[in-house]
Amino acid sequence: MGSDIAPGDVEQKDIAPADELVVVPLRHWGRWVVGAVILAVLGALGWALADAKIDYAAVPGFFTHDIMLRGLVNTVVLALVAQAGAIVLGMVIALLRRSANPVARWFAAGYVWLFRGLPVLLQILLWFNLALVFENISVFGLFEEKTNVLVTAFVAALLGLGLNESAYMAEIVRAGLNSVDHGQVEAAKAIGMTPATTLRRVVLPQAMRVIIPPTGNNFINMLKGTSMASVIGFLELIHAANNIASRNLQIMETLLAAAAWYMVVVSVASVGQHFLERYYGKGVAR
Amino acid sequence: MSLVRAVGVRKSFGHTEVLRGVDLSVDAGQVVCLLGPSGAGKSTFLRCVNHLETIDAGRIWVDGQAVGFTTRGGKLFELREREAARQRRGIGMVFQRFNLFPHRTAVENVAEGPVHVLRTPRRVALEEARALLDRVGLADKAGSYPHQLSGGQQQRVAIARALAMRPKLMLFDEPTSALDPELVGEVLDVMVDLARDGMTMIVVTHEVGFARQVADSVVFMVDGAVVEAGPPDQVLDNPRQQRTQQFLAKVL
Ligand SMILES: Nc1ncnc2c1ncn2[C@@H]1O[C@H](COP(=O)(O)OP(=O)(O)OP(=O)(O)O)[C@@H](O)[C@H]1O
Ligand SMILES: [Mg+2]
Repeated sequence: MGSDIAPGDVEQKDIAPADELVVVPLRHWGRWVVGAVILAVLGALGWALADAKIDYAAVPGFFTHDIMLRGLVNTVVLALVAQAGAIVLGMVIALLRRSANPVARWFAAGYVWLFRGLPVLLQILLWFNLALVFENISVFGLFEEKTNVLVTAFVAALLGLGLNESAYMAEIVRAGLNSVDHGQVEAAKAIGMTPATTLRRVVLPQAMRVIIPPTGNNFINMLKGTSMASVIGFLELIHAANNIASRNLQIMETLLAAAAWYMVVVSVASVGQHFLERYYGKGVAR
Repeated sequence: MSLVRAVGVRKSFGHTEVLRGVDLSVDAGQVVCLLGPSGAGKSTFLRCVNHLETIDAGRIWVDGQAVGFTTRGGKLFELREREAARQRRGIGMVFQRFNLFPHRTAVENVAEGPVHVLRTPRRVALEEARALLDRVGLADKAGSYPHQLSGGQQQRVAIARALAMRPKLMLFDEPTSALDPELVGEVLDVMVDLARDGMTMIVVTHEVGFARQVADSVVFMVDGAVVEAGPPDQVLDNPRQQRTQQFLAKVL
C-alpha cells in the first residue's frame, strides 16, 4: 500500500465551494428504453387477448359454478390434509434420521430416497390401483376391508401427494433442526429440560425460521399438484373445469375460471406464509 | 461436608484422554476457581459435573448423589436422559457464550425453566423472574430480546436464568471471556454478590483478581489433572509447582 500523494499535493484551485458548481444529474436512458419495450409487449399481449375468441362474459359464471366450487373445496381440502400429514410424517422421519439408533437412521434415509425418487403421478396411480395386487387390506386381523372400498380416489391422491411431500418435509425439517446452535440444547439441558421439552420449547421454535419458507413454497406446489388427482377421476379444480366444459364446450373459459381460483388460493397461502414468517422471526435482529 | 466430590474422573474423546483422574471436592457454600491453560480439560470437567458429558471412569458426587446414576439396592443404575434432566435441575450452569434463548425475552428466558421444568404457575414464575432480573440489575430490561442486550447484560440474564431453578450448585465456564473488557466488571459483581450470599460455585476463569477476592480454594489444572490446589494466596502468590508458576507469569 502506501500512497505517493502527500496531503497538500491536491491543487486547491480544482476544489471550489459546492454551491458554485452546476450539478448535472445522471440520466438513466437505459431504464426508459427497457420500460418502454416492456409496456409495448404487454400492450400487444393485452390487445391479442382482448381480440381472442374467448367469451370473457362466461367466465364469472363458471367461476361460481356449483361443480367448480365443489372442485375448489376438494382441491383445498386435499392439499391441506396432504400437507398437514406430510409435516407430521416429515418431522418423525427427520427425528429418526438424527436418532442414535442406526436402524432408524437407515430406515429414514431409505424412506426419503424412495418417496422423493418416484414421480408423484406414478405414486398416485400405484395407490389407486392397489386393489389389483391386494384385494383386501387387513390390520393384524383386527380390521379387514376390501381395498377398492378403502382406497378411494381421494385416499389414493392423499397417499401419493402426502407421502411424496413428507420425504421433502423430512429434509426441510432436518435442515431446520441442524440450523439451531448446539449451545441452545446445552442451555436447555442445563436448566433440567427433558429432550422432548427441549425440542418443543427451544429447538423447534428456532428451527421454524428455516423450516417455514421452503414449506410455504412446497404448499403452493401442493395446491397445484392436486391437479394430478384429476387423472384418477378425483373432482378437483381441473377435473371440475373439464366436467363443465364437456357440456358446453367452452374449454378455454372454464379453464380460465379454474386458473383464477388457483391464483386466489395461492395468493391466500402466500399471505399466510408471510404472517407465519413474521411470527417465528421474533428475537432476530433485522 | 462436601457438596461436590469428584474422585479419579477420567474422560476420553476418541483416543485422546482429556481428563486423567481428576480429584476435587467443594464444600457447601464454598467458591472454587478452576485455572489452567487452554486444553487442560477445565470445561470438560465442568460439563461432567452436570452430566452434559458422561465420564469413562471415576465418580462424581453432588449432594450425595452419583452424577448420572441412581442407587438402588447397593447398585448404581445409569440414568435415562429424562432422569438425568431431573438431576440437572439442582445444578445451574453459565456458559461462555451465554446461550440465551433468542426467541424469548429476558424475563421469558428466566421463567422458562420454572414454568416448563418445575411446573410453576406462569404468573408466579414471571414474578420471580422479574425479582431475579432486579437482583442482577436488569429490572428495566425484562421485555428485551437477547439481541437487544449487551454481552454483559446477556450474561447477567443467563445467571438469573440459572438461579431461577434454585440450584444448590452453580457452574461457570469462563463467564467473562466473551465480553468486552469494560463489561467484565458488571458480571463479576453479580458473581461476587452470589458468593457472598453463600452459593456454592465452581468457576472456570482467567480473572485472577476475582479468584483472589472470593475463592475459598483455587485449583490449577494441566493436561487433564489437578496439579495444585489450595487457598488463593498460596496457589496464586506462592505456587509450588513450576507449571503453575509459568502459567501465572503469563496471566498476571
Ligand atoms: N466434544 C469433544 N470432542 C473431541 N474433543 C474434545 C471435545 N471437547 C473437548 N475436546 C478436547 O478436549 C481437550 C480439553 O478441552 P476443554 O474444552 O475441556 O479445555 P479447557 O481447559 O476448557 O480449555 P479452554 O481454556 O480453551 O476452554 C481439548 O484438547 C479439546 O480439543
Ligand atoms: Mg473451556
